[in-house]
Amino acid sequence: MLTVKLGGSLAAKAGGKSEFEIEGRNVADVLRALGELCPELKPILDKGVSVSIDGTLHREALYQPLTPANEIFILPRMAGG
Amino acid sequence: MPLDTKPNVIPTTFKTVGTRPVRPDGVDKVTGRARFGADMQAPGMLVGRVLRSPHAHARIVKIDTSKAEALPGVKAVITSKDMPAQEGCDMDVLTNVMARDKALYDGHAVAAVAAVDAAVARKALKLIKVDYKVLPHVTDVDEAMKPDAPILHAHIEHEYQQDLLETAGHVKGKKERTLPKGKRPSNIAGRYEFGHGDIKKGFAEADVIVEHEFTTEATHQGYIEPHACLASVSSDGWAEMWVCTQGHFMVRDVCAKLLGLDVSRLRVTASEIGGGFGGKTTVFIEPVALALSRKAGKPVKIVMSREEVFRATGPTSSASMKVKIGAKRDGTFTAADAILKFQGGAFPGSPVEMGAMCAFACYDLRNVRIIGYDVVTNRPKQAAYRAPGAPMAAFAVEACVGELSEKLKMDAIDIRLKNAAKEGTVSSYGPTFGPVGLVETLQAAKAHKNYKVKLGPNQGRGVASGFWFNFGGQTCTTLNLNSDGTLGLAVGTPDIGGSRASMCLMAAEELGIAYDDVRTIVADTGSLGYNDISEGSRVTFSSGLATINAARDCKKKLCQRAAMIWGIPEEAVEWKDGHARPAGANAGNFEPLSIKELAAKASGTGGPIAGHFEVNADGAGPSFATHVVDVEVDPETGAMKVLRYLVVQDAGKAIHPDYVEGQFQGGAVQGIGWVLNEEYIYGADGRLQNPGFLDYRIPVCSDVPMIDTVIVEVPNPGHPYGVRGVGETSIVPPLAAVANAVSAAMGVRATTLPMSPPKVLAALENKMRKAAD
Repeated sequence: MLTVKLGGSLAAKAGGKSEFEIEGRNVADVLRALGELCPELKPILDKGVSVSIDGTLHREALYQPLTPANEIFILPRMAGG
Repeated sequence: MPLDTKPNVIPTTFKTVGTRPVRPDGVDKVTGRARFGADMQAPGMLVGRVLRSPHAHARIVKIDTSKAEALPGVKAVITSKDMPAQEGCDMDVLTNVMARDKALYDGHAVAAVAAVDAAVARKALKLIKVDYKVLPHVTDVDEAMKPDAPILHAHIEHEYQQDLLETAGHVKGKKERTLPKGKRPSNIAGRYEFGHGDIKKGFAEADVIVEHEFTTEATHQGYIEPHACLASVSSDGWAEMWVCTQGHFMVRDVCAKLLGLDVSRLRVTASEIGGGFGGKTTVFIEPVALALSRKAGKPVKIVMSREEVFRATGPTSSASMKVKIGAKRDGTFTAADAILKFQGGAFPGSPVEMGAMCAFACYDLRNVRIIGYDVVTNRPKQAAYRAPGAPMAAFAVEACVGELSEKLKMDAIDIRLKNAAKEGTVSSYGPTFGPVGLVETLQAAKAHKNYKVKLGPNQGRGVASGFWFNFGGQTCTTLNLNSDGTLGLAVGTPDIGGSRASMCLMAAEELGIAYDDVRTIVADTGSLGYNDISEGSRVTFSSGLATINAARDCKKKLCQRAAMIWGIPEEAVEWKDGHARPAGANAGNFEPLSIKELAAKASGTGGPIAGHFEVNADGAGPSFATHVVDVEVDPETGAMKVLRYLVVQDAGKAIHPDYVEGQFQGGAVQGIGWVLNEEYIYGADGRLQNPGFLDYRIPVCSDVPMIDTVIVEVPNPGHPYGVRGVGETSIVPPLAAVANAVSAAMGVRATTLPMSPPKVLAALENKMRKAAD
């Protein structure tokens, strides 16, 4: 099982829950499962989020492999200047 | 082939990377040959002009364009009716480029014309009659958050909560109880929360607590080149655009979506760019020019005036903030709390979420909470500005850290070192940091000569640190070997800070050839796969990563050609110092082949040789900076002089140190302007009072000293050469560093930006009055 944490506004859209145990092999699996568990979150996930894996930010790396040892944070989509 | 199996080991020595050659675009820029947005011409070109709302908030009852359309020389007039909503388009962007039922800010576009020349276009604008019903407006973030504020968008709703009532200045009690429960129309577009631990417990453990409220004003990126574009739609529906932008692929895709075009039918070329700093990461006039060209059947060029740039493009947010930090007597932080309220203009999307994530990112905190509010007001839709959201948050946080150091009688750098985030720290926004260089920047700042200079009367020293994420993103690059052995490198990321020179250096380093043998161009959207915008400090990281890998692809092909010529297996050839060589004694005894020799034989060995690389680059390493500044305050006039300024920042690896230092210096200077002078000033009528550089004062050379720099290099493991982005972090600490210096010089805490002379004088007078009492 993967431990997935939600940051910022995403937790609010998940009914205030910020940590989930999810079965999956990659980022796409995680986002799909989260969308099913939290329908209010799905449009945001579909639009795009940032995923931090062991402290490294990924923006759209859907097939980045994940293991239970990874620290996984789903964060808001970010943009810079 | 050994190239494929080598582990990604970051080199420790370089031959070309780290040198400081002249930039390839330098001569064109200093001789006036470089072609910026306004320099583009096309046969039969028309002049486009935009009519803008004079009201901060008004319902558009009717627009009569008949007289303008009848004016000789006018070829097209458009309103929102000519830009109907397309399926899947971003309605906020569409509504921002052309108002629909309401004008939402002073300067909001309501109509546009294309005419044979500028005089006719201006005359036509005067003939367009717009009937407005003026509505109440709100431009201040705290006022906009109140439940009884004028509402911009009926569809934005928020449930007013106790914390919000407190932050909006509403006391607990009667007024709160009168609010109905549940969601109601509001200007609050979002509430965000980050953090971990138990702040109540953390503050209970503190020996000292510092708490202040802060405000910052909206500032503009202040790029020298106004927005400009030329659009040409042909009668068969194919279109071209030449645009001054940070992201021409974005312009193509967004314009195609807004106007219902196939992406393939629109080709966009990025012109040279006279500054962007985030302000050119979206569209304003581009879809309008395209719609005018489509209607007129001729090319249309729109060039914004400076007044339009101020009134109708995207400045950054203004902010109202409250920060509280608790610490033990030894300086260890026990808890930190912040409430950030950012107005982002007339549409949702202020950078408060990123401000909230960056606010306490410099520190290792067990108990931390940050709440952010995204608020809409009757101002232009904000756009990104270098490290969006972070400078304002850092100003408030670092001011409190500065005051804690004073109260605890600790050195300003030592207190930061004691609490600094490092590898393994759980960041305030969640993830655990990998290798980062904040400690190294603090140590280098403390060791610098500027930190040891003794200060005189009315002088003060300020220290602040700052953080920015840095991003990667979609990148596609091609490296073409020419017949004489030189190389043409095509990238899709507009050069906004000397990146072409850095790309040439990386390609040259990888291939073992001279810098001058590589020429980098920014290719148009028809020539490469999609490239994300030049934003997020991503270009040297991600376009550099793609360039290095394209060069490796090229090397692999060069080795294949050498193997073919020598009649040996590819695996028996290696690339070293610009030559293909037999890999070891068993490979055979052959004279090495240079890149020029292989290029000359390309036709006979299989044809053109090119390296390609496409990636959605991840692994951009976050960066930290520490700034130290000394200022002197004139107690009679309130004027301030920056005496010396030091930027220390972790670049991972400086590819071209001149341009890394230039980014450091530029960020510092823009920050100095933000803290001392720059501000959007709105009148009671909701109109911008200072839309020009005479009344909106950005720093000039005589306002600032030489900005000293120290490049720290803690390699980023996510890049082949260890590169981190450098373009944004440098603007995060200056607001706080200068404000801390001003506070030290005045003996009064600066909590309101800009600290312009009248505010400094008022603070000093208030201090004297209190002392007299």
